[in-house]
Formats: sequence, structure tokens, C-alpha cells
Amino acid sequence: MSGWEQLSQYIMSGLTTGSIYALAALGFCLIYNATHIVNFAQGDFISLGGLMMYTLLGAAGLPALVALPLAVAVVAGLGVVLEAAAVGRARSREITVLIFITVAASLLFRGVFKEVWGKQALAVPPLSPDVPLKLLGATFTPQNLWILGITLAAIVVLIYFFNHTLTGRAMRAVAINPKAAALMGIDTRRMVRLSFALAGALGALAGAIITPITTASYNVGVLMGLKGFAAAVLGGYGNFLGAIVGGLSLGLLESLGAGALSSTYKDVIAFVVLLLVLFVRPRGLLGGGEETRV
Amino acid sequence: MLSVERVDFSYGPVRALREVSLSVGAGEIVALLGANGAGKTTLLSVISGLNQPRRGAVRLEGKTLNGQKPSALVRAGLVQVPEGRQVFGPLSVEENLQLGAYCRRGRQQRQEVARDFERVYDLFPPLAKRRRQAAGTLSGGEQQMVAMGRALMAAPRVLLLDEPSLGLAPLVTREILDIVRRLPGQGCSVLLVEQNAMGALSVAQRGYVLTNGSIRFSGTATEILNDRLLREAFLGPEHQADPRDGQP
Ligand SMILES: Nc1ncnc2c1ncn2[C@@H]1O[C@H](COP(=O)(O)OP(=O)(O)O)[C@@H](O)[C@H]1O
Ligand SMILES: [Mg+2]
Repeated sequence: MSGWEQLSQYIMSGLTTGSIYALAALGFCLIYNATHIVNFAQGDFISLGGLMMYTLLGAAGLPALVALPLAVAVVAGLGVVLEAAAVGRARSREITVLIFITVAASLLFRGVFKEVWGKQALAVPPLSPDVPLKLLGATFTPQNLWILGITLAAIVVLIYFFNHTLTGRAMRAVAINPKAAALMGIDTRRMVRLSFALAGALGALAGAIITPITTASYNVGVLMGLKGFAAAVLGGYGNFLGAIVGGLSLGLLESLGAGALSSTYKDVIAFVVLLLVLFVRPRGLLGGGEETRV
Repeated sequence: MLSVERVDFSYGPVRALREVSLSVGAGEIVALLGANGAGKTTLLSVISGLNQPRRGAVRLEGKTLNGQKPSALVRAGLVQVPEGRQVFGPLSVEENLQLGAYCRRGRQQRQEVARDFERVYDLFPPLAKRRRQAAGTLSGGEQQMVAMGRALMAAPRVLLLDEPSLGLAPLVTREILDIVRRLPGQGCSVLLVEQNAMGALSVAQRGYVLTNGSIRFSGTATEILNDRLLREAFLGPEHQADPRDGQP
């Protein structure tokens, strides 16, 4: 295999995992912009997305076209439940208390997933039959293309939603200035709930498309969620474009770093680079979210 | 139109409003004057449902409003322009205005909303030239126009204006107040909160003076302007040496 072929192989796999990190990072940003909390259950949304696909595609035998939207809807629902039953109900509005609630919810979700699906790795069928493809020397499967395509589609939908729909603009208004938004008659609580639903949907999407490659398990999303968090910080916490750039960069860094050195250091390389970037640019590559730029 | 009846409000143990009563009639501009910390903003927050009064009532055309969500009040026609403008800085002027009409999403309201866009751009010509510009990049006076235009997009019957002249140059303040003067003609009464008593009384028919959370005086604009004691005590010493002042 030539150097070029190897390089394109690393780039392909970097973009694939980077897409997952970007989706997770977007989930973190959505909830942060609405509530200023870090949602530690984001990784569990990813896990549940994969587990749902395992059950719906494998056990229930549904076609992918039905299973995927169903999995996304279920996890979006879990996001709403997290807000309605826990985060939004807390007596305290203290940020640290709310963050701790998401930590507790994450542990609870993981416990329930383990009860229902067990501890073993579960094989999730790919969205279309596995046939090896080749492009610029890189070998990959249709699932890689699904991952890139679905991530791109999710990003396009989000951009459209936030820039061209009244509800999307209202969500941004709540992120920028909740009091002024409330004075316009915007139901801020409903917008917060909607951001939990969207974060759940993005997590589900990430889990559903990556688990045919990684296999699903009760805690498969935990490390991906952490990487997504790192990606969000790298891009500038709360910044949507930053989440995408941060996710893809982190994926590429890991994959190229693993190629250049050793895959043993894959996770370490990414986090060292993250720390270095933050040392030079504490607010991330693209700076913080919308409300901090006012 | 709008009536506030014996409203009490406290921030924890701190009493901020004490038996405050006032009214705004149809087609009226009413000034609410008072020094910094008197409780003006607190009163507006109680009227617009951000805070619930401990006692007393807020009514719009006889209907009790307290206890309802801010969105219900906006639909009922009571809209507040917050202190310090608070425009959505990263969003464009047009998007800010559109969010003002958030509660008017019905199909049959689409035409009215479109008409109100034109009405707001007529009222505030500088905004028409900056539709696509991010509101946060505008000057203070223009941002005040965005904040007022955004509120007018909700088609209010009573507009609550919290210190629109704050931090604006005298000429810009004049421009803003001249626009306020035109609102009753468009079916919108105004409760104008100001520390700038002279400016506010130049457009208002009546006024109230709030000190330490209670109404100390109310009367017509001329009565307030002519009350020498009131001026010295509540409107600030700078008004004592007004050359138009008759000798006592
Ligand atoms: N959120 C708050 N918590 C506690 N006290 C407050 C709060 N907001 C205002 N106050 C107090 O209430 C009083 C009235 O404030 P405010 O209504 O803002 O006055 P004004 O608008 O007339 O300047 C002041 O003494 C202020 O310190
Ligand atoms: Mg005030």
C-alpha cells in the first residue's frame, strides 16, 4: 500500500469517526445554549440509538427506513423526559446541581440499558449490504458513506431550521436572551425541551449509524460522548460551526495520529492536541456560542 | 384600558412595591417617573407577568391578568420593551421584528403581520435600511428602535416602555419620544417609564411619581412639572434652576 493510499485510508476513517464526534458535539451545544449546562447523558443517547437499531433491525426485523426514524424518535423522547422529569423540575437553578442531575441520569440510563440489553457487544446490521468500495486508494464500506451522508444531511437540516424557521429563530432568541424572548411570548421552557429532543435525536443518529461498525452495547456511547464533548470544547463550546469543525478535526487527528505513531496512543494524541489548542486559544477554535458573542 | 390595583411585591424580604395603583386609558400616554431604584422596572415586570405580585391585581380591560404566562399577556395585547433594549444581537433586524410577531402565527394573521412590518419600517425609517444587518451592530438609538419595533410587531394595545432614553444623546431621545407620541394614534396606549422626567412629560398627558416602591404623586403632566416641591424632591435638583420657572 502506497503512502498516498494509506493517507486517504486514514482520512476516510478520520472523517467517519469525526462525523460521530460532530453529531455528539452538536448535541452538547444545543443543550448548553438553551440551559448553560453540560449534559453528561449525551453519550447515553448515542448508546440507546445503537441499541434501538439492534432491536428494531435485528429482533423486530423492520426495514432500515422505518427503524432509523423510530430509533431517533425514541431517543428524542428520552431527551424530553430527561428535561421534563429531572432537569426542568429541579428546585435549584444552580448550574452545578443541574449538571449533576445529568450525571445521575446517565448512570441510571446505563443501568437500565444493561438490564435490558445485557453487557455483551451486539452486532447491528449495516444500513445497506456490505460490499468493499475503493476511492483514491482507500477501502471502505457503504456504511462509511451512510455515515458521511447522514451527518451532512443532519447538518443541513439544522442550518435550515435555525436560520429559516420561526421556531429555530425562537430557539436562538432564547439562547441569546431568555428574558427578552419570554417578553415576546416565546415559551422558553418549551424551547429548552425542544433542544433536549434535538440533542437526543442527534445522539440517536450518531449511535444508529456508527454501531454497524463498532457494535452496540449498553455503554458504547460513553467514550464517543466524551470525545464529542472534547470536540465541542475544541471548536468553541456552544458554537455550532465549532462543533462540526471540532468533531471532524478530532476524528482526523485521532486517525492520522494513530497512523503516524501507534493506535495505542490514539485517544491520548487527540486529548493532548485538545489541551494544546486550548492553551493557545482558551475559547476554542471558533470562540464560544452565540450568546457570548453579543 | 390597563389598571394596576394595590400591587405589593417583594424580592425575598426586600419590599420593592407597596400598594401601587395606576391606570392607563385608551389612547393615553402615561409617564411613570422615579429615581434609580424606585421600583419602576419591578412594577413593569409584575405587569407583564415576569414576576407575580404578592397582593393586588393587574387588569386589562377589566380582565385579571396576574397569574397568567407572559405569552398569554402578549396575546392579550400587553407588551413590554425591556430596559436596556435587549435586542437579539446576532439576529438581523428583520428576524428581531419577526420574533416580535411570534404569537401571531395563525394563517389568517399572516397579512396583518406583513402590514405591521411595513408599519414598523414607516415608523422607524433607519431600520428599513438595515433589515439584514445584525441588530447588535446598530447604534444605541437604532437598537431602541429595534426593541420598540419588535414589541409593536406583537400588535400591542398597551406598550410598556422601560427607559427608552437611557444612554441616548438628546437628539436621539427626541426622535424616539416623537415616535412614542404617534403610537396612540395607531391604537396603542403607552406606559412610559423614565428617569428623564422632562422628556417623558413632554409627550405624556398624565404621570405618576414612584419613590421607594410607592406612588408619591400623580397628576397631569403640567401639574407634575409645576409642583416645585415634587421637582426638588423627586425629579432631581437639576430641574430647580429651570429658567422658565416662575419665582415663588
Ligand atoms: N432581582 C432582584 N432581586 C433583588 N432585589 C432587586 C431585584 N431587582 C431589583 N431589586 C431591587 O428593587 C428595587 C427596585 O429596583 P428597580 O425596579 O430595578 O428600580 P428602577 O427600575 O426604578 O430603577 C431596588 O432597590 C433594587 O435594588
Ligand atoms: Mg429600571
